Amino acid sequence: MDLSYTPEERAFRDEVRAFLRDRLPKRLSDKVRLGRHLSKDDYLEWHARLREKGWLAPNWPKAHGGAELSAVQRHILDEEVTAAHAPRVVPFGLNMLGPVLMKFGSSEQQAHYLPRILNDDDWWCQGYSEPGAGSDLASVRTTAVREGDEYVVNGQKTWTTLGQHADWIFCLVRTDPQAEKPQQGISFLLIDMNTPGIEVRPIVLIDGSTEVNEVFFSDVRVPVENLVGEENKGWTYAKYLLTHERTGIAGVGFASAGLANLKRIAATEMSGGRPLSENPFFAARMAQVEIDLMAMATTNLRVVAQAEAGQAPGPESSMLKIKGTQIRQEINFLTRRAVGPYAMPFASELLEEGTNHEPIGPEYAAAAAPQYLNNRKLSIYGGSNEIQRGIITKTLLNL
Amino acid sequence: MDFTMSDERRMLADSLRRTIERQYGPEARAKADDTGSDPAVWAALAELGVLGALFTEEQGGFGGAGPDIATVFEELGRAAVAEPVTEALLAGGILADCGKSDAVEQLIAGDMHLCLAQTEPGNRYDLTTVSTQATESGGAWALTGHKSVVVNAPAANLIVVTARVAGDVGDRDGIGLFTVAANAKGLAMRPYPMIGGGRGAEVTLDATPAERIGPDDTAAPILERHVARAILAQCAEAVGMMDAIRDMTLDYLRTRKQFGRPIGSFQALQHRMADMAIEIEQARSAVLNLAGHVDEEPALRDRHASAAKQLIGRAARLVVEDSVQLHGGIGMTAEYGLGHLVRRLMAVDHRFGDTDHHLERFIALRIGAEAG
Ligand SMILES: Cc1cc2nc3c(=O)[nH]c(=O)nc-3n(C[C@H](O)[C@H](O)[C@H](O)COP(=O)(O)OP(=O)(O)OC[C@H]3O[C@@H](n4cnc5c(N)ncnc54)[C@H](O)[C@@H]3O)c2cc1C
Repeated sequence: MDLSYTPEERAFRDEVRAFLRDRLPKRLSDKVRLGRHLSKDDYLEWHARLREKGWLAPNWPKAHGGAELSAVQRHILDEEVTAAHAPRVVPFGLNMLGPVLMKFGSSEQQAHYLPRILNDDDWWCQGYSEPGAGSDLASVRTTAVREGDEYVVNGQKTWTTLGQHADWIFCLVRTDPQAEKPQQGISFLLIDMNTPGIEVRPIVLIDGSTEVNEVFFSDVRVPVENLVGEENKGWTYAKYLLTHERTGIAGVGFASAGLANLKRIAATEMSGGRPLSENPFFAARMAQVEIDLMAMATTNLRVVAQAEAGQAPGPESSMLKIKGTQIRQEINFLTRRAVGPYAMPFASELLEEGTNHEPIGPEYAAAAAPQYLNNRKLSIYGGSNEIQRGIITKTLLNL
Repeated sequence: MDFTMSDERRMLADSLRRTIERQYGPEARAKADDTGSDPAVWAALAELGVLGALFTEEQGGFGGAGPDIATVFEELGRAAVAEPVTEALLAGGILADCGKSDAVEQLIAGDMHLCLAQTEPGNRYDLTTVSTQATESGGAWALTGHKSVVVNAPAANLIVVTARVAGDVGDRDGIGLFTVAANAKGLAMRPYPMIGGGRGAEVTLDATPAERIGPDDTAAPILERHVARAILAQCAEAVGMMDAIRDMTLDYLRTRKQFGRPIGSFQALQHRMADMAIEIEQARSAVLNLAGHVDEEPALRDRHASAAKQLIGRAARLVVEDSVQLHGGIGMTAEYGLGHLVRRLMAVDHRFGDTDHHLERFIALRIGAEAG
């Protein structure tokens, strides 16, 4: 057994670090560290830097212009990039749709969409969830009815992350309402957001952010060539997308960055005449979460090693999802608590992108409570933690 | 043993609940965020006797005991009313103890807003760490310093301020109490909405004229007594909020269907709700304990204050996090009725001390009690 990286892996890590040092603009990492909202251009700017280096699509095969990194390299890249407070890579085109098209798309679709994803010509969003179809995704009711060379789409999607920026949406739609099982009548459709009949309405979340939207479809006409794979087989593709590319699910990089940030804050905040980090009660809480994170990082590497050996991650990714979100949410909780009374001012203008408002109290305080609230989403989306527990009990524990 | 509520308190609670149900909604809440208080709601609260219930007969009210405070705030919590009633209790109580009966009278009539400027950048939840300086010249006092996160400062007509008249920053002795008029010279404010509703401000004082009130030695005992009463108010309010959140969540679990059945039929969620219900009953009992001891001698009073605040901090976290989780995405939205309850309940941990602060104080008080 050897817990350390090989010399090649270490060299790769150094290369990533050097890249981040040279190419991650401080303006962006400051924004991420301070929990400010990123603009569309911020994301695109960071994508461009990664693209120049060839790392925008680390999981894509070289044939499609990807970096084809190994699982370990991908893990290193992921961890280093998030720990450096870089913006996250917008996953909808690169990590979700891309792999589905490579596996199930026609060669015309691959030739058309994949380069555009890689180039950021199109911003994609994910149209799975509906008001009535959350955990029970197979109950989607948005319909697509074939009329000649077109599908006519009617219905509503919701919780569509960053849909306000999107040019395209990939959707699960019902094409056979009569199918025996709900999973059988679903198709996977690509829809241009500029088509007449589409309306996007923002949803304000409890932290004041507007990152999710409702998307309404009324008589939206979609060319049949936008169907991916076969009609009524969409559920298979959707599941592939949900289980694919799950090594990042633990969020180890996010947790490490969050913990480092928390430690800095705790060393600055005073409590009873000494830094909060020296208060035994608070120090114990920070130590607890750090201990959990150290173990989870290794659990994560165990799964990465399996993936490297060619095994598809199974219920292990459910474990990583639950433990990873618990750890990140605990760090968010401690950060909120660490800022003390300054968690109470709720001045959303301080989190707006490009803000030049004078901070209220320490600069790091403004995002503490909003981020705590916002990251409650981590245990809700991507298959809620309750659903993940169900998967573990069924497939791992055979209960 | 008798845990029943007196008839007077029951009547006040009932009429308060009816009034809130009738009058209180998103518009009033938006007003409180914009200006600190909705005048119509504030007038209605005064009219109902909500403010009078916080003071004794000698002070011009008709209550003032622990159970009175608990009754009022539990009802206010149920609807997450964002009016500055805690400030009335806290700053008004201090003024009453210092013999400022005119101001208290105006407050009870609904004609006055108050706040306590005590927190400073860096003193966190510590009442006796005070660096704002008071200086006297020719019998006139002036204050200089920075008070942070002063709840209701933007709406207050009169600000009660703690400042140092003698000694060093951390000394328990040498803390004075003052009043400063809202329009006093050298007073500046940076106002903002609060995450739990209402308004607060950073307050800076620069040789600001002030009137000294309270005892000549140190104001620490008065401050501690009224913060204990404010903790009672806050804990009772939290219980009201937790009851409302539990009921909303139960309703949702009964109506939301996934996989062809109500999500409340999943045992994993049922057990979470059972745990939540247990913690809320524990919280209710902690409030009763504190309500029964809030006028006792300081060590006993503060042990109960810390016990209640510590337990409710824990319960509130569970209720905040599980209620959102069990709602799924809808629980994360600002528009749905859970959001402001959750934010206000979360904020409880950031005022008058969080669970760690009170755990530490509880241990210290226990050791003190055993040694004495
Ligand atoms: C911030 C945010 C961003 C999102 N972004 C996107 C996006 O870009 N695209 C997209 O398509 N979707 C997105 N989602 C939707 C997300 O995937 C759903 O919220 C999630 O699937 C849960 O569905 P729901 O919200 O309807 O909750 P529900 O499914 O109604 O669940 C409510 C509660 O019931 C529990 N529950 C449900 N079924 C069971 C069961 N069988 N056993 C035990 N417990 C159960 C859940 O765990 C939860 O606690 C996003 C959600 C959020 C909050």
